[in-house]
Amino acid sequence: MSIDHSLFPETMPSNPERATLEGKNKFMGLWFFLGGETVLFACLFGIYIALKNSTAGGPSSTDLFGLELVFFMTVLLLSSSLTSVYAMYHMRNNDFKKMMLWLGITGLLGIGFLACEIYEFAHYIIDYDFTFRSSAFGSAFYALVGFHGGHVIFGISWLIVLMIRNARRGLNLYNAPKFNTFSLYWHFIDVVWVFVFTVVYLMGMVS
Amino acid sequence: MVNQANTEEKVNAYEQERNKEEMKKQVISFALMIVLTLISFGLVASGHLESIFAIPILLMMAIIQVGFQFYYFMHLKDKGHGMPATLIYGGVWAALLTLAGLGVISWW
Amino acid sequence: MGIAATEKRSIGAFIWDYLTTVDHKKIGILYILGGGFFFLLGGLEAMVIRIQLIEPNNDFVSAQTFNEMLTMHGTTMIFLAAMPIIIGLMNVAMPLQIGARDVAFPFLNALGFWLFMFGGILLNLSWFLGGAPDAGWTSYASLAMDSPGHGVDFYISGLQIAGAGTLMGGINFIATIVNMRGPGMTYLRMPMFAWATLITSILILFAFPALTINLFLLMFDRMFDTAFFNVNLGGNQVIYQHLFWIFGHPEVYILILPVFGIFSDVFSTFSKKRLFGYTAMVFATMLIAFLGFMVWAHHMFTVGLGPVANAIFAVGTMAIAVPTGIKIFNWLATMWGGNITINAAMHWALGFIPSFTIGGMTGVMLGSAVADYQYHDTYFVVAHFHYVIIGGTVFGIFAGLHYWWPKMFGKILNETLGKITFWLFFIGFHLTFMIQHFLGLMGMPRRYWVFLEGRELDLGNFISTIGAFFMAAGVIVFLYNIIHTAIKGEQAGADPWDGRTLEWSIASPPPYYNFEQLPLTRGLDPLWIEKTEGNGKIVPGEPLGDVHMPNGSILPFLMSFGFFVAGLGFIYQVDHWLGYIALYGGMAFAIGCMIVRSLKDDHGYYIPKEELEEALVEREAD
Repeated sequence: MSIDHSLFPETMPSNPERATLEGKNKFMGLWFFLGGETVLFACLFGIYIALKNSTAGGPSSTDLFGLELVFFMTVLLLSSSLTSVYAMYHMRNNDFKKMMLWLGITGLLGIGFLACEIYEFAHYIIDYDFTFRSSAFGSAFYALVGFHGGHVIFGISWLIVLMIRNARRGLNLYNAPKFNTFSLYWHFIDVVWVFVFTVVYLMGMVS
Repeated sequence: MVNQANTEEKVNAYEQERNKEEMKKQVISFALMIVLTLISFGLVASGHLESIFAIPILLMMAIIQVGFQFYYFMHLKDKGHGMPATLIYGGVWAALLTLAGLGVISWW
Repeated sequence: MGIAATEKRSIGAFIWDYLTTVDHKKIGILYILGGGFFFLLGGLEAMVIRIQLIEPNNDFVSAQTFNEMLTMHGTTMIFLAAMPIIIGLMNVAMPLQIGARDVAFPFLNALGFWLFMFGGILLNLSWFLGGAPDAGWTSYASLAMDSPGHGVDFYISGLQIAGAGTLMGGINFIATIVNMRGPGMTYLRMPMFAWATLITSILILFAFPALTINLFLLMFDRMFDTAFFNVNLGGNQVIYQHLFWIFGHPEVYILILPVFGIFSDVFSTFSKKRLFGYTAMVFATMLIAFLGFMVWAHHMFTVGLGPVANAIFAVGTMAIAVPTGIKIFNWLATMWGGNITINAAMHWALGFIPSFTIGGMTGVMLGSAVADYQYHDTYFVVAHFHYVIIGGTVFGIFAGLHYWWPKMFGKILNETLGKITFWLFFIGFHLTFMIQHFLGLMGMPRRYWVFLEGRELDLGNFISTIGAFFMAAGVIVFLYNIIHTAIKGEQAGADPWDGRTLEWSIASPPPYYNFEQLPLTRGLDPLWIEKTEGNGKIVPGEPLGDVHMPNGSILPFLMSFGFFVAGLGFIYQVDHWLGYIALYGGMAFAIGCMIVRSLKDDHGYYIPKEELEEALVEREAD
């Protein structure tokens, strides 16, 4: 009976992530969640825009930000978006090993991004004495960028659990939706980052 | 390659061709995204533009880039994405209102 | 599996069943029970407020206790009573109405309930742990930042946890309606209540993130010394107000739209008519939701946003009266020429129309920015929102409970007791709040602990308090009704109201799998169509086969418990290192439960075809 969701590879449908009702639900549910996340980040962006000039005599955005590191971080995260696209490409072609390989690269790029962010925060705190508490600008900056970083941490943890759990059992209709929802979530993190580097770093440098 | 041969048995040739076509588009959009990013960073690094010109351009670049992300990387253009698109646009609408509230009418 | 349900079970097994259930009907009942408990609690708090204000210069409670009472009354009624009961009714009725066997994410559904329950308990623990929150249900940063003790911290943690649960519920309902409508159930064939559920869930999805962020900001400021609202470091307290109302205004539509759905179903069922202007009703609901997002600043007219902003928001606010008016007239037209049965549910529906319309009218008055400077923070506002929330939401909840009680428990609530409840509550409600309009216009400010003698406020406040006792009496009769019905109530058949929608085509209470075969919907009001054009029985939309069901799980309960402990940890980490243990321990426990959930495959189980066949035969025999 069909209690066992795993299908023979020969009969894998073209969109394995949406072939079952459960898969469709996961797919829709995650998209709707992202709709809510849009508002969540909009609130943080709004707060940042409202408070970005309230430095209370502390360092301002032009004093702090450097373009090189941010550019490097952007390239890391954008590439990780492409690698997760590759992973999904191989999932649709039912090539489990390559999918796992590209997912692994995605995770490593994400960890690289996170390392840069931690370095950046440490740099601001140690060299500029610019913390979560030092001014309204500081609070808003760390809240926005930190919330994004928190999403990256969550995404990486999710990916690790997913990869470990499914390492030995190949692709089937039960886990394909799980990989796909992760990939959507990961793209969304990238979407948010595009606005973070534009609104926080680039716009912070021009004014 | 062995792997390649294996894949061909698993998924039919038509699907595979379609996936490949799709992948090509995605690589192109990635290249464009990188270009857009470079333009944005270049604009700021050169330091020539007044902020009143720079900011709209930067925002435009970001919005185009996010469009690629949503429509190509996340397949929002594909069939069966009607409700996701509706709710994402709903979220964007609520987001714009929030930004307007916090950005434009919260002074003191 | 199914046979176990018919066996006689011990109390322990019964409780364990409810702790681990993922069945939408049982979760709905749990929501209603939990919400009902908090409704009584909020009601008691309201009584304390009214007793304190029965005479000038009263000292029934201290000023501090009064502040705590009014804060907890508002917070409890909105977040822990009205919304959960509504979500409970959605859980019970919506999947049945659209012809689904369960919601899209049964596990998440259970998690949402337990998060709400633990959040509510955490919030109310504050009564025993040094004082409840005292900064008003809005908990504006200006007050909340200066509130000593841990009261406001409980508000933050409790609502954060309960809010996360609500957000999950919202996503779950949208996915359910998008993906799991039965065969033939197109969007425009869904009953109004299902439509209301969909649109309300979308509102939840877009509104709650603003609350989440706002609570985080307040938490960071209060517990970790950040500067969002610290004016000395450049913070801005208007941000809190904006975010609160960007959430808070859609929230009032989250409370009212579902009961519009309930009333639509009740009116058409008991008038034996198709809902008048169904499509207009659907689009009016959408329009209300859409406009509802663009009017939040009408709560902030006196903040000083300037004439342009005030004018825009005033116009937007008044525009909402248009779709709401469409609805009122459609309900009246539904009854026009109908074969009307006036039972208890219909009493609440009929009482709703004038009561809610008064609330709507004062809403338009308040929407005029110029006049609002006079009304702001007076009892006029208190009267207005109680007319909308009690006259709308609470009446709707009572109507919904009477309407779906037989579906939930298989017994019809006593009609006579129901009507007594209605009249006591209805008279009490108008007695309490009508006079408050005038108290407000005479200048009595809201949230004041005492009022002075000789200001001509004595009689009005006395009448108001008397009214509150009538309402309390109504609620007590309703509680008696529940017990009376449970013991002596008449057994209800599948279709006690001669209903129109799919939930009345199956047994009361429904089997745990809802439908042996998913029903085929041939138009709006599918059961009525079969009654008038077919043989009165729903045509199956699929062949009889094995039915896939989700497994129950204790993890939602444990996970929520973990977050509950972590919430306590957040509150107390500022005082004592033990707080950190609770914080990290609770979090680790909750995350551990999540990992267990991820690592353990849960494929659910199948009900064999034979068992369903038996059930079908049995049903035919009845």
